Amino acid sequence: MVKYFESNTVFHFTWEQVAQGFWKRYPNPESQHVLSEDTVYREVKDNKLISKRLLTKTNRPPKWGERFISARTVRIVEESIVDLKQKTLTTYTRNIGYASVMTAVEKVVYKPSEENPDWTVATRSAWVDSNVFGFGRAIQAFGMERMKKNCQKMVVGFNYVLNSMFPKAQTGEHGPTTGSSNVNMSSVQTGKEKLKDAAKKASDLAKAKAESLYASASCQPSQSS
Amino acid sequence: MNSVGNQCTDLKQQYDACFQTWFTERFLKGDMNDEICAPLFRVYQQCLKKTMKEKQIEFKEVDNDHLGTDKEYKSPRESNQA
Repeated sequence: MVKYFESNTVFHFTWEQVAQGFWKRYPNPESQHVLSEDTVYREVKDNKLISKRLLTKTNRPPKWGERFISARTVRIVEESIVDLKQKTLTTYTRNIGYASVMTAVEKVVYKPSEENPDWTVATRSAWVDSNVFGFGRAIQAFGMERMKKNCQKMVVGFNYVLNSMFPKAQTGEHGPTTGSSNVNMSSVQTGKEKLKDAAKKASDLAKAKAESLYASASCQPSQSS
Repeated sequence: MNSVGNQCTDLKQQYDACFQTWFTERFLKGDMNDEICAPLFRVYQQCLKKTMKEKQIEFKEVDNDHLGTDKEYKSPRESNQA
């Protein structure tokens, strides 16, 4: 049996920004487990950019799992398609090497948010499969936990990279992109305007907090089987 | 980011820089001609292939395409539709 979960994450960056950031995702402060990254294939076909990257990550199996998995590192193949016309970036990653013990697959589709065209929604699907007799379930559960943890790291790390590539001038690094009023526009302000600014800042802060809460919650499964 | 083989990291980073500029300045603007980074990609690939062989990385497994093929995993929703 295959374990499955899916989740959605909203990035407050345009699809074009997210697509550019995708290639610069590593290194970031949350990616110490990523050791190497190589492009092994790349081609433009039918107006789509098709790439394949090979990643090496550290691999720490649980104590009871060492009898199945002795390797210190795991290799990951990441296939991706950037479709400029449809504005989608699809990524598909799978482990190679000890696939007979556990297969972990993750597919993420990034596309512009329907709510806000300046935002990008990432829809993530993950599968964990194991056929080791007697240990399949334990290995699956372990694999799922690790994928959820890595999902949060991925969201925080990716946001870090996007924020450094595309800093948000006025609203601060966590500020949502929705604000249309320019907070520091004028140095001559009436008391009323100042109050308005303060209110806006407070609401931005609240939004940013809600957003970071959302980011951590976004890796929880919304469906599983 | 490092290459899987230390000796390829410089070549990889030169290629990456070229690619990232191409992606932003050309691809995202609809220009699909990717010849500009091809020479850098070629020398980087030579180094990489050699290293992969030395490290006994499973070429076959890496070469296999899964996305967009029968091997691709489907969500329960997708498999119900199929």
